Amino acid sequence: MQTKLKVDKAVKAILLVSASFSILIVISIFVFIFRSSLPAFKEFGIQGLLGELTWRPANGMYGILAMVVGSVMVTLMALVLGVPLAIAAAIFLAEIAPRGVQAVVRPAVQLLAGIPSVVYGLFGMVVLVPLVRRIPVTGNSGYGLLSAAIVLAVMILPTITSISEDAIRAVPRSYKEASLALGATHLQTIFQVLLPAAKSGIGAALILGIGRALGETMAMIMVIGNSVILPAPLDNNPLTVFLSQARTLTGNIAVEINYASGLHASALFATGVVLFVLIMLVNVSARAIIHRGNPSAG
Amino acid sequence: MKKLLIALVLIASLLLAACGASEAGETLSITGSTTVQPLAEKLAEGFMSQNQDVQIDVQGGGSSVGVKAAGEGTSDIGMASRDTKEEELNQFPNLQVHVIARDGIAVVVHPENPVNDLTLDQIRDIFSGKIVNWSEVGGPDAAITVVAREEGSGTRDAFMELVMGKDALIMDNAILQSSNGAIRTVVSTTPNAIAFLSFGYLDESTKALSISGAAATEENAANGIYPVVRPLNLLTNGAPEGIVKAFLDYVFSAEGQATVRAEGYIPVK
Repeated sequence: MQTKLKVDKAVKAILLVSASFSILIVISIFVFIFRSSLPAFKEFGIQGLLGELTWRPANGMYGILAMVVGSVMVTLMALVLGVPLAIAAAIFLAEIAPRGVQAVVRPAVQLLAGIPSVVYGLFGMVVLVPLVRRIPVTGNSGYGLLSAAIVLAVMILPTITSISEDAIRAVPRSYKEASLALGATHLQTIFQVLLPAAKSGIGAALILGIGRALGETMAMIMVIGNSVILPAPLDNNPLTVFLSQARTLTGNIAVEINYASGLHASALFATGVVLFVLIMLVNVSARAIIHRGNPSAG
Repeated sequence: MKKLLIALVLIASLLLAACGASEAGETLSITGSTTVQPLAEKLAEGFMSQNQDVQIDVQGGGSSVGVKAAGEGTSDIGMASRDTKEEELNQFPNLQVHVIARDGIAVVVHPENPVNDLTLDQIRDIFSGKIVNWSEVGGPDAAITVVAREEGSGTRDAFMELVMGKDALIMDNAILQSSNGAIRTVVSTTPNAIAFLSFGYLDESTKALSISGAAATEENAANGIYPVVRPLNLLTNGAPEGIVKAFLDYVFSAEGQATVRAEGYIPVK
């Protein structure tokens, strides 16, 4: 009995250390990038970095507002394109598809998650970009928000689909039976009972999707064009803003860190801090929304 | 007691070994341009294989860092992928510049683009966004897609200095890629693209334009007919002596210059 208790305690301690480890890593990463970004924040202030549009390190201009807008826009576009598809696929897999179909579709969706992002980028570069370039608008190079958003939508698809499917499956069977017994059709049951009951799980899926989208780097660099401009319509049609080039926060760091030193490097770390804060904000606010909708959800 | 003795002997022999290592060899530090760095590393490898007792450390940092390191003596040799500036020579009057190789920068377009030749002025106007359609320079009626390297790249710096001059900037709408390889892929898949590439990256997937009639060839770059050529420099503070001189002699030897060619640059000898 005595030794069993000891083993118990030891295992608990090991688990605690393992759990604390990830917190420790997050904190040390944040401390590191924050400290490295201090020179830039001291020199330009938050206003000079976040309030300025022009990023021209050779001339000492380090405004990252255009990149914030670029990251947010491409993420929102990817969500608009990807989320309906992902949730529809989750409903199909959880409720509609027969076993045989599930056995083919589910691994296929999961396989998407295993493809390295550089392969997505390459596909985007040689297949998607030339297709987008066919849209007849002057100045449309094919590289830009639309191509990037399509690539990103496919990349967040597996995350959102699998977690949403699990959430729908986790809804107690009695809900569905009660709904059907009351005379609701299968579709009515899905949309008015199962989806609302699974919404905290689906919300979690969306947060993970947004996190993945904001953090994606390599594929974005390859298709978004990386120009440091505020996305703007190419002609009189406001929709052509989606064909505009842009740069993401992650792309800014990855593209320029090779040769950066001094203030330039520090400003790139400041870009990292902004990205960090942005992702924290998304997580916290999404959590708050989920909790408000469903107080019992963890 | 016996264990203690063994431990003491071990420690003593370790200390001796450490001293021996640092006394036997000479070290040489090279700092600067990240463009010259890979070449310098290859040259250092070749030199060290012939001179086993010499240790060469090659570090990046950029051309300006290289000039400063050589001038202030924090490194034995500085590396720069551009000409030394007037104010740098004023600051460090003893600085000696050794051109070890040259690198041509080609202006490239998609292979199917009918344009074959541009003037430096036309190239400047295209990259700064003044000329926006290929028809303005004798091509088809199509918008020009400008592709460039990212801020801080040595190739971009050299292109800015040799083509854009003091006042012109590369347009903000330019597509930026962070390596010569990525630039080549973008140009080879984008019919109306124009970009600049180091000579070492030219192949049939892109077409190099001639500039005012001078074709982008190594010969033209070596004899000064092709205008967009940058030197790859090693810098020393005062005349090279001892181990520094030995290394520079190796760089200018047939073997060193063969390494220059193998790395895709134009030899100087």
